[in-house]
Amino acid sequence: MSRHSKAQFDRRVLLSGVLFGSGIAASMIDLFIFHLALQWHHFYDLSTTEVALTADGFFHAFGWFITVWGLFLLADLRRRTAIPWKRWAGAVITGVGFFQLLDGVVSHKVLGIHQIRYGVDLLLYDVVWIGSAVVLLLIGLLMLRRTRHHPATT
Amino acid sequence: MDQHDGGHSANPAMAGMDWEVLDVVVVLLLGVGALVYALGLWAARGRSPWPLRRTLFWYVGIGCVAAGLLGPVAQAAHTSFTAHMLGHLLLGMIAPLLMVLGAPITLAMRALPAVAARRLSRLLRSAWIRGLTHPVIAATLNAGGLWLLYTTELFHMMHASAAVYALVHLHLFAAGYLLTASLIGPDPDPHRASMPVRSAVLVLFIAAHSILAKWLFAHPPQGVEPADGRAGAQLMYYGGDVVDVTLIVLLFAGWYAATRPRTSRSRGSARADDHETRGARA
Repeated sequence: MSRHSKAQFDRRVLLSGVLFGSGIAASMIDLFIFHLALQWHHFYDLSTTEVALTADGFFHAFGWFITVWGLFLLADLRRRTAIPWKRWAGAVITGVGFFQLLDGVVSHKVLGIHQIRYGVDLLLYDVVWIGSAVVLLLIGLLMLRRTRHHPATT
Repeated sequence: MDQHDGGHSANPAMAGMDWEVLDVVVVLLLGVGALVYALGLWAARGRSPWPLRRTLFWYVGIGCVAAGLLGPVAQAAHTSFTAHMLGHLLLGMIAPLLMVLGAPITLAMRALPAVAARRLSRLLRSAWIRGLTHPVIAATLNAGGLWLLYTTELFHMMHASAAVYALVHLHLFAAGYLLTASLIGPDPDPHRASMPVRSAVLVLFIAAHSILAKWLFAHPPQGVEPADGRAGAQLMYYGGDVVDVTLIVLLFAGWYAATRPRTSRSRGSARADDHETRGARA
């Protein structure tokens, strides 16, 4: 394998992991845990604007798309080369943390599209949500840093 | 069939007749669809084996159209918005997906004599078909039709007139079929749009569908009970999701098959790094 394609594979491992991580955070964690299981979020928050509703729709579609995209990129890499699983896992955790941080800060706090839960004091929830997002992001970035020089090892 | 007209028509007896005629037409069309596919299988029996799953997809798809237009779901759809949405899911999303996967054009190409097959192939290359099967056009027809149906008077007109009902449902199925075929169809498509175009169209379509479902949750059509409207909207949202995620998976499965790395055996003169890759894996 040439040095060029090695770097190319590494970029794809990162892309696949971050896409899949952001995707499962958007479509699986959010939809299945917070919407369906806990029913903390509402299916639709009647007080939101049409713009927020539209943004939510695009977001939702994109969430599923990048989940599947990330997985097929991984499958494609697998048939071409040995996957550095630790590095991929680091990219996934980075993706989850990045997405939850974005969601927690931008859509919950800045835009106010929806909140984690309704009718309770939000401070604790926000601290746990944003805090866990930061922790995940740091763990993911640390894993990426530690696997940086050995992209081919599993 | 007096449950159909619901007192909208000036002449209930005539209106009842219309609805009965519609049911007969649907049964006939489905019968033709089932028979023609069977004839195709019979005519192409000497060719290489036809995958059983395609035949199953086709006939289960026809069953879904029947379930969406005839029988208990269709009956209930005239009074229940939730049943209406289940019918739409069956007719506009699930049946088109299954029937596209049945690969009817591929079957026709195998079954028809060479001259007729060439004619069909020319027809598929025509500017008309080329336009209709472009994902952007197909998605606009599909999502645009849905928005028109649920945000205008069309929803009420449809329940008052068998002719409008027939047109709306024909459009629903045809637009669903065109969009599915243009995105993931296994049939030959001489003008298949690129992966980025198909991806963008699919994401936009899913967005339009889920936005409409959420909008309907807050604004059910006039005359629909709020609880019924909410249940129907949720069915549209989550049911649509199941089909949409299936479409995304099939889209990438197509990409996965098309970008298969070529091995040295299949290419004759392989690139040097292919050898190295294979050596490194062994």
